[in-house]
Amino acid sequence: MLTPVRGAVLLAALILLPSSAAQAFCGFYVAKADARLFNKASKVVVANETKGINDHETAITMASDYEGDPKEFAIVVPVPTFIERKQIGVVEIKTIDHLDAYTAPRLVEYHDGDPCYVPDDTMMRATGSAPRPAPSAMHAPERYRGVTVEATYDVAEYDVSILSATESDGLANWLIDNGYRLPDGADAVLGSYIKQNMRFFIAKVNLDRMQLLGRGFLRPLQVRYHSAKFMIPIRLGTLNASGPQDLVAFLLSPRGRIETTNYQTVALPSGMDIPLYVKQDFGTFYKAMFDHAVAATGMRAVFLEYGWDMAWCDPCAADPLKNSELVELGARWIDGDAPTPFRGGRGGYSSVYVTRLHLRYDAKHFPEDLMLQETPNRDNFQGRYVLRHPWRGEADCKAGDRYFDGLPDRYSREADTLADLTGWDRAAIKTKMEENGQPFSSQRAGGFGAFFRRGLE
Amino acid sequence: MAAAAGPAWIRDARHVQLAILALLLAINLIAVDFGADLLAAAVAVAAAVATQAGCSRLVGLPRVEWRSAVIAALSLTLLLRGDALWVHAVAAAVAIAAKFFVRVRGKHVFNPSALGIAVLIFATDHAWVSPGQWGTSAWFAVLLTLLAAWVLHASRRTDIALFYLCSHCGLLLVRAWWLGDPIAIPLNQVQSGSLLLFSFFMISDPRTVPDARPARLLFAVVVAVTAHWLAFQWHFRPALYAALVALSPLIPLLDRLFPADRFEWQAPATEGTPSC
Repeated sequence: MLTPVRGAVLLAALILLPSSAAQAFCGFYVAKADARLFNKASKVVVANETKGINDHETAITMASDYEGDPKEFAIVVPVPTFIERKQIGVVEIKTIDHLDAYTAPRLVEYHDGDPCYVPDDTMMRATGSAPRPAPSAMHAPERYRGVTVEATYDVAEYDVSILSATESDGLANWLIDNGYRLPDGADAVLGSYIKQNMRFFIAKVNLDRMQLLGRGFLRPLQVRYHSAKFMIPIRLGTLNASGPQDLVAFLLSPRGRIETTNYQTVALPSGMDIPLYVKQDFGTFYKAMFDHAVAATGMRAVFLEYGWDMAWCDPCAADPLKNSELVELGARWIDGDAPTPFRGGRGGYSSVYVTRLHLRYDAKHFPEDLMLQETPNRDNFQGRYVLRHPWRGEADCKAGDRYFDGLPDRYSREADTLADLTGWDRAAIKTKMEENGQPFSSQRAGGFGAFFRRGLE
Repeated sequence: MAAAAGPAWIRDARHVQLAILALLLAINLIAVDFGADLLAAAVAVAAAVATQAGCSRLVGLPRVEWRSAVIAALSLTLLLRGDALWVHAVAAAVAIAAKFFVRVRGKHVFNPSALGIAVLIFATDHAWVSPGQWGTSAWFAVLLTLLAAWVLHASRRTDIALFYLCSHCGLLLVRAWWLGDPIAIPLNQVQSGSLLLFSFFMISDPRTVPDARPARLLFAVVVAVTAHWLAFQWHFRPALYAALVALSPLIPLLDRLFPADRFEWQAPATEGTPSC
């Protein structure tokens, strides 16, 4: 028996990421908050090249959080057109994880200079086998009325079928009889997709081939198609969910930022100074901040975590992606697929702009699929949080006194920022800050020399 | 429908519209960010007023009617997004110039801001609209509805706003019923501030709407059907504006088929003076 239709976007993704810290102009990069932080998080990569006002060449790669027995795994994804074998592929999970790490919200740190010598805060800047011919319109019995298995393919460790249907009952029966357990409400959603002329991409694991390939985990599936529809289907995925789920969508486009048109896309708070102790557990901070932002919007917004030209980053949270990786993820418009770091291309249409959207969704708050739109907006955005280390040395001068007298206020502002971002208790934050070297009393120079100097000033 | 009572300034619906658009811009800047930008607003207003002044001089109008120019510019600011400031300037200039030079029997053919949006989106690679950025918070939709209802009260011939909203919502409901979708889906689709702005500030522009009530009803329904076809068959995001602009040339025909009195902004102060 196969498990529920796992929804539109799902697969397992728990691969360790490279943890090397990179140094960059915009602060020292120290940590990132990638999608591994969130339970029940799926990742989807959508590469879109708009060919005309209603013609999108789309590659959608789906990686779920599925950790169960591979033989229990199955997905049903509505697709807008018939899909040929050459339009389906598998992608290495490490490529998606690389993009996840590269676009993840990041923690950076600065160190204040000696206040006696630095006049002001200059730091404050902030394979599969050959296709089998499609069984010619397998005429199902009455029970499968309207269902046509248009094609079946062997795709690496998966058996893939492309179904069309005219009636949701027939389709539901077909799925149930083929070992898929349908959640309540699936009939209605399938019916809606059928009436919108969608077909169904159905994949389950072929254990024999999986063993033959020597794979211990399921690789993300990729489907590529031309269509007027530019969207991420999430409705089936909400049916069997036991609560809200997270989806991180990485959207690649030659043109610019991609946004949702039927839900608000909100940029997460970014660029603020936060207490130094957050460095010890950036993940906890980021999760709390995300939870807080979700609650503040009534769980009705899609959050922008990153939007940037893939040719550069500052600071970089991971090594740049290679041309080969971008092509693997569907950005087939770029110049070449060599395994060399992507440096952008000549002319606008060989560039890649990445938009990273993060949403927490359920059927109640996100009843519709995510409708997307590509815009020419190439403004940079990154989720970036700043640690500013105070000067820890001696500073026995007037500027030094001013500097140390000003620190408690600065720490208070950092505590306020953290409390506002996360909803954590202000007093508890201040206590932790004091325990971690950020006291709320001035640490100005003491001793006879300083006393004498102040007397003369 | 015209508010007969009250001080003189409030009898002119343009003042109410100006106040509401300015309030929306303020809400955007202070509370709910739906993407409008103060600098873009300033550029659009400057370009609109300059175009209005230039065109007025060219056609020999005695005074510059700045209010409708500012209204068009603020509507543009609230709805149009561009990756450069010139986008807003050109959109405003196109919107205002069309009022002077695209006329049939002395009446504007296109709603200025809808035309500005459509021209910039189709003719350049630098403009877009973000219909989802208003958020779907019910309170905000209610707020806009209340504010817009006020405009409806203060202006004549704006019954078309309600005709349009009803047709649009009706079509969404029928579609959801046909697809077997839950009511949450059409509700999500309706709770958009840009739909309300479109209904109450664009299609209901008294200078462009058909003169007779049956013609307005017919026009609203036809625009709604076309917008749905563009949105759900073509998956075209700026469907509302494209439908309105594409169908506006039908208005002179409707006015011929359903003759009625022409609209003027207030009791004619200067007899026989053409206006823009």
